[in-house]
Amino acid sequence: MRVLKYRRMIKFLTQFGRYFLLLKKVFSKPEKPVLYYKQTLRELVYLGLNSIGIIAIISFFMGAVITLQTAYNTENPIYPKYLIGLGCRDSMILEFSSTIAALILAGKVGSNIASEIGTMRVTEQIDAMEIMGVNSASYLILPKMIATLLFNPILTLIAIIIGIFGGWIAGTLAGVITSENFIYGIQYAFIPYYIVYSLIKTVFFAFIITSVSAFQGYYVDGGSLEVGRASTKAVVYSSVLILLFNVILTQILLS
Amino acid sequence: MIRVIKLNKSFNGKAVLENISVIFETGKTNLIIGRSGSGKTVLLKSIVGLHEIDSGEVWYEDTLFNKLDFAGKKKIRSEMGMLFQGSALFDSLTVEQNVRFPLDMFTDSSLEEKIERVNFCLNRVDIINANNLFPSELSGGMKKRVAIARAIALNPKYLFCDEPNSGLDPITAILIDALIKELTEEYSMTTIVNTHDMNSVMEIGEKIIFISDGVKCWEGNKNDILNSDCGTLNDFVFANSLAKKLRTVSK
Repeated sequence: MRVLKYRRMIKFLTQFGRYFLLLKKVFSKPEKPVLYYKQTLRELVYLGLNSIGIIAIISFFMGAVITLQTAYNTENPIYPKYLIGLGCRDSMILEFSSTIAALILAGKVGSNIASEIGTMRVTEQIDAMEIMGVNSASYLILPKMIATLLFNPILTLIAIIIGIFGGWIAGTLAGVITSENFIYGIQYAFIPYYIVYSLIKTVFFAFIITSVSAFQGYYVDGGSLEVGRASTKAVVYSSVLILLFNVILTQILLS
Repeated sequence: MIRVIKLNKSFNGKAVLENISVIFETGKTNLIIGRSGSGKTVLLKSIVGLHEIDSGEVWYEDTLFNKLDFAGKKKIRSEMGMLFQGSALFDSLTVEQNVRFPLDMFTDSSLEEKIERVNFCLNRVDIINANNLFPSELSGGMKKRVAIARAIALNPKYLFCDEPNSGLDPITAILIDALIKELTEEYSMTTIVNTHDMNSVMEIGEKIIFISDGVKCWEGNKNDILNSDCGTLNDFVFANSLAKKLRTVSK
């Protein structure tokens, strides 16, 4: 039993070390910055622009559900109606736009990164780059990282706006709140720092999604089965780390 | 010239290559042959530095390659071209972009110059009007040719080919072999080819080493191979019934 624990610990530490060695390779000086720039633009489209649709749809319905649930839980006349709008706004800004969106992106972007890099590994495309003398880790991962670090805050802002819009539509259509009350609520006691807090979290989450998924893909050994496993691991580990860092960052930034 | 001296490589404590010493000559097509799983690919990948070796030396001319750091290896690697078993073309790039990739990375040539070089390399391997196709749109033989074009784009001094004929029909395989031999002579490269295809051995085997269970068992050329005393080599060379019959007839 102790031997098994010891082995697991060694395995964990080895993986941990490999992760940081990979990051060292990723952040080393690029061979041709202009090529990295082009790759980054490409990744901005693949990983960023192409994620707007899913983020918009999910945020809209999330905002709608938050509004309806808040309304049904604050039916007591003691509570002013505008609290529904305030609840929707703060929920979207503080938690849903950053954390839930990050979990969704871990599924979409994370699995995409892990399977793309993993497939390149098993089909020897990464070896081909290494043979040419290209720093494959940097060339493949750095543009993805920059793209997500730049674009995920934009996705978060989009999620906030569309989520609140979804709340307004659902609230007014269901007749649980008037348009005036909702708009008053989303303006009431607004703290701009909450947006900054949300964006800081998003940047951390973007880094986690890209680096963890790329790590899983880069060290795949085997065939298509292993690429599938790496993709699953990328989503699971990214999601767990996002939730863990959500707690840590909330404690640091809001305490 | 590439010299390998007492090379050892193991995975998880299991020895895969033991005490391999060999000289690969310039301007010749050097073949590493052996059964599947004998350690050919591991040897080739150890020579090019894709696998860290346990002990031994790999010399490129007068440079001890396996002791170099990343920057030092990068310099030697800019003189290498490699053809992988599955071609290893970049899926997201077109044929032209694949061949242009090393030129984009390591030269400061203008776009026109690079495209001119790409077209020259593609013409050299008989790929015409395929610049804008993606690898998924190519046949196996075409993929190999494009991979060769990419490998020679930077005029390499060393060419490595891992099972260049795998998955190809005999006629296409002979064409690929002939192309490798021609390019080796034309550019005076040191070429190392991993294969278990006896047709390749008889077509282009100017220098051959035979590996069995990670150990070098025999060294010679295509003229010597049919008259060897090495039992494991004979089992390999005369594995099929046609070869066995021919041997009996010749005796």
